[in-house]
Amino acid sequence: MTAPQSLAAGDPLFAGGVDPAVVLILIIKTVAAFALLMVLVLFYIWFMRKVIADMQNRVGPARAGGRYGVLQTLADGIKLFFKEQSVPDGADPFVFRLAPYLSIIPAFLAFSIIPIGGEVSILGHTTYLQLADPAIGVLLLLAMSGIGLYGVMLAGWSSGSKYPLLGSVRASAQLLSYEAAFGLAIVAVLLHSGTLSTRGIVDAQAWTSWDSFATSWYWTVAFVSFVIFLIAAIAETNHPPFDLVEAEQELVGGFVTEYTGIRFAMFFLAEFMNLITMSAIAVTLFLGGPSGPALGFLSATGTVNTWLMPMFWFFTKLLVLLFGTVWVRASLPRMRYDQLMDLGWKWLIEIAFVAVMVTAVVLVARNEAWNRFVVVPAAIGGAFCLLGILRLCMPRQSELIEEEV
Amino acid sequence: MGLLQGFGVTFKQMFLPRVTSLYPEEKRPKPERFHGRHVLNRYEDGMEKCIGCELCAGVCPAKCIYVRGADNNPDSPVSPGERFGFVYEINYLRCIHCDLCVEACPTEAITETKLFELSFTNRDDAIYTKAELLVDDDGRAQRQPWEFWKGGEDDDTSGWMRATSPSGDAGFEGRVAWSNELGFGYREPEKGQSDSVAPTPGPGEEQS
Repeated sequence: MTAPQSLAAGDPLFAGGVDPAVVLILIIKTVAAFALLMVLVLFYIWFMRKVIADMQNRVGPARAGGRYGVLQTLADGIKLFFKEQSVPDGADPFVFRLAPYLSIIPAFLAFSIIPIGGEVSILGHTTYLQLADPAIGVLLLLAMSGIGLYGVMLAGWSSGSKYPLLGSVRASAQLLSYEAAFGLAIVAVLLHSGTLSTRGIVDAQAWTSWDSFATSWYWTVAFVSFVIFLIAAIAETNHPPFDLVEAEQELVGGFVTEYTGIRFAMFFLAEFMNLITMSAIAVTLFLGGPSGPALGFLSATGTVNTWLMPMFWFFTKLLVLLFGTVWVRASLPRMRYDQLMDLGWKWLIEIAFVAVMVTAVVLVARNEAWNRFVVVPAAIGGAFCLLGILRLCMPRQSELIEEEV
Repeated sequence: MGLLQGFGVTFKQMFLPRVTSLYPEEKRPKPERFHGRHVLNRYEDGMEKCIGCELCAGVCPAKCIYVRGADNNPDSPVSPGERFGFVYEINYLRCIHCDLCVEACPTEAITETKLFELSFTNRDDAIYTKAELLVDDDGRAQRQPWEFWKGGEDDDTSGWMRATSPSGDAGFEGRVAWSNELGFGYREPEKGQSDSVAPTPGPGEEQS
């Protein structure tokens, strides 16, 4: 008997029906995922500040929690929690209070689909080390990032103030522009894996030998999509160099200008959660998630190899990507708004689209056993022709200026 | 490829030494002529140097010094002269640490230390009285509860600092023009602004 294909269906936890132990395991997993994400955010903010400080030849947080300031974020959070919260006179009070939750709850939900480890056994039940494995999988992520946008948009709108409104208008335009490239980058992976479920995608990238690093993980076969995904993910989460939403020099504080105290903190919590989720999704889609070499000298079914090693690989990959985001943040200046739109619409979407088509052609060629030395160059050549035609169709910058005059 | 070059720059920075010093734990050496809070110095026999002449109060551009002199009791004199500083107060909410009082003082009674971390939280604490300004029996500045400094930071605070050219006269450069001091005794003069001027014995200077 198989469980119905509901939102939480993929997990073998539900194979034997639902009993109190299953409910208990679910509660434990939910709390653990919540706590993990919170700790990751605390860690990431500290890590980011420390690494950026290193890159700028400073010391960074060095007081709270010992010599290295590990508890700095916690101290900031506690401070913000006890600060007075104000609602401006011109604000829509209900929406103003609602917006932070609209921002933070989707951020939490999106994280629930991330496979953190392999298949483990808790209280006699076999389950995946991930909170939920819905059949719609990656689509949930896209949906949640879409809902998260409402938090930003409504925050700006309900503040009853100019700069927040401008910030939120920018946010919605930016998110819409990059959602397309983002989705297309994911599609390339979905074509390879043939499933939307994150667990299915991870299983398809399982570690069999040391070749798996290049042959099984999707970052090589979908390299173009991988790069586009990383750029679009940073843009989606409004992080530098795409942080026009809260460009301090232009918009005071962007959509958070009127927010204080814990509501202010919640926006930033959500933002960093989104960044971590995006990095985790990149690990899942392109870098094999928790797959990696096990410790051969230990039992393949022992605690270390079923629990710890997959988690170790997952967090190692996550840390590498998170370091990458910090590095980008420290190195690149913020883009101009027209550059942002140009990059999104004129380059990323096109390239992502072509990458999807080439991937599709290659996969069909493989299935139909066509000669791949003919089909692949033909596909790539055709793609470049298509790009060229698209380029020619675009108005040149000089023409645009003439029109304005 | 300017883009990648930028990434290289930031990455390289991670391995370079930091320029930041972790301030309260690790204090940088202060300049020799640092103008911090004042002390009232004493002679080696414990007598106070202040004679209550009020020149410091007169010269103070911020009007932050309040001095009242009184006659010494001949049986138990406070200072070796005729008069002594009976009241001596400096208001650190007004003091601009210009050092003019130190220049004006005829007996090297008042000097500026290198202590500057005075985080007083009320106006009474901000006004330093004579009891707080006077050096202790070792010739050291007294640490008030609201001051943040450790031992050793009050070194080299007294007349040593202005032994270069009293009254602005370069002819006195490199010559000890000051009396001995409680806890420290005779101090070598600071090296002058020009090395060419050879030290000459001043009128009536004792050979030690």
